[in-house]
Amino acid sequence: MSLNLPQILSPKNSQRIMNAIFVCSGLITVLILIFIIGYILIMGLPVVNLEFIFSNPIDSGRAGGIFPMIISSIYVTLIAGIVSTPLGVGAAVYLVEYAGESKITKIIRFGAETLASIPSIVYGLFGLAFFVVSMGLGWSILSGGLVLAIMALPTIFQVSEVTISSIPSSYREGSYGLGATKWQTIYRVVLPAAIPGIVTGIILGMTRAISEAAAVMFAVGSALSVPISMFDPGRPLPLHLYVLATEGISLENAYGTAAVLVILVLAVTIIANFLIDKYQRQIMGR
Amino acid sequence: MNRIEVNNLNVYFGDSQVLKDININIPKNTVTALIGPSGCGKSTFIRTVNRMNDLIPTFSHDGNVYLDGVDIYNPKMDVVDLRKKIGMVFQKPNPFPKSIFENVAYGLKVHGLNDDDAIAARVEESLKSAALWEEVEDKLEDSAMGLSGGQQQRLCIARTIANNPEVILMDEPCSALDPISTTKIEDLIHKLKNDYTIIIVTHNMQQATRVSKYTSFFLLGELIESDLTDKLFIDPKDKRTEDYITGRFG
Repeated sequence: MSLNLPQILSPKNSQRIMNAIFVCSGLITVLILIFIIGYILIMGLPVVNLEFIFSNPIDSGRAGGIFPMIISSIYVTLIAGIVSTPLGVGAAVYLVEYAGESKITKIIRFGAETLASIPSIVYGLFGLAFFVVSMGLGWSILSGGLVLAIMALPTIFQVSEVTISSIPSSYREGSYGLGATKWQTIYRVVLPAAIPGIVTGIILGMTRAISEAAAVMFAVGSALSVPISMFDPGRPLPLHLYVLATEGISLENAYGTAAVLVILVLAVTIIANFLIDKYQRQIMGR
Repeated sequence: MNRIEVNNLNVYFGDSQVLKDININIPKNTVTALIGPSGCGKSTFIRTVNRMNDLIPTFSHDGNVYLDGVDIYNPKMDVVDLRKKIGMVFQKPNPFPKSIFENVAYGLKVHGLNDDDAIAARVEESLKSAALWEEVEDKLEDSAMGLSGGQQQRLCIARTIANNPEVILMDEPCSALDPISTTKIEDLIHKLKNDYTIIIVTHNMQQATRVSKYTSFFLLGELIESDLTDKLFIDPKDKRTEDYITGRFG
């Protein structure tokens, strides 16, 4: 039985309206992105020059550059990546290839989802209590990097898990059928096929890590000098930006810092996507 | 001489019995076709022969499967070695997302061959045996995923041959292919039977008559009848076989 509602719109017209709504949603999304990036760049780029990038801040950042902050950001993000990538990918491989569906896998998955939804300031407090104080790492690049590693972990894990479980089982069968062991199958067939997705997950995790102020503010210290060892304190770009803006030191330089941060994130994302595309074309032949 | 002997094989997935008391001998360097309606256990049977069913947690069996007189389910059996000796070609072509060369070299590499020249020679030889060499010799570094379905299936055969197996299991290798590709694979099977023992599952009875010397008819998990292909299709002993090959069911 069908309901004969009076037809207000012809199917053709309702199709047109829906098309318009979808196109608008897409356009608005892109416009917001362009607006934010454009605004930051317009406000920030005037102060960005080689000197700004390659010199130390003077007078708490009122003048001078942000070189130590760029180094701090790269440093903490690298540590986060080095720690969280093997953990996240390893956990994903375990779940998909070894564990099978069980209570434990459900618990791990639930744990990852919960980790992903914890506010970053809470991670920050945890970092202070655990890494800085309990483990005695002090305010350091290492403490900050470890907090970011825990933060990036669920992203890397979740994206890797989805990717690895979407690798067709026919690849695995083909490999076993040729007498490969489980590990050979994972290492030689499954992971290479999953690399584009896994790298996307790593990039998502790392861009989240490099953009964090709240998570690192209690762990990394607030030094204005270039960190040499990972036990030195540092001040990543977002934290510097936060301090410059909230303490009214220099809004101009805050925008400059933001512009450098945005360019850094964009560059990493664009280069990674380019490499992923290239790899994908190579293995899939199109 | 029999390459494979199966005695009183029963296979279960969980509580349900999928194969019932199978007894069959597969002679060396011949093609044996397995026919029967969907769900009759043909695929399960060949997957028992190279122990692919081990991957399914609910799988269990009793009875014996011998390869050259050795029980393949004995506790000392090395499954890796077994699957090297008993290669498998799947229903849907499943090349790895790697280059054509790497696909064929895969088995060699996982079994520890490191000599690049030896690998290259074996890859060429295998592609020639699989009647694919002339079509791909200029693009060995291209992805195998860019090949046509028929080429992909011959690549999978080449990949299997590279391991120098004794037996090749084929699970409906042409069901996803067009007629021309199918003919090529069938020609290839004729050529390969001189060197390998081949068991082919097929839904296509014409194909069974074209490629095989022996045919076995499976129904509902039982092996109803095994005979010379010419004999089985012309003069089946069992009424059920006759009904199936004359198209009365299935």
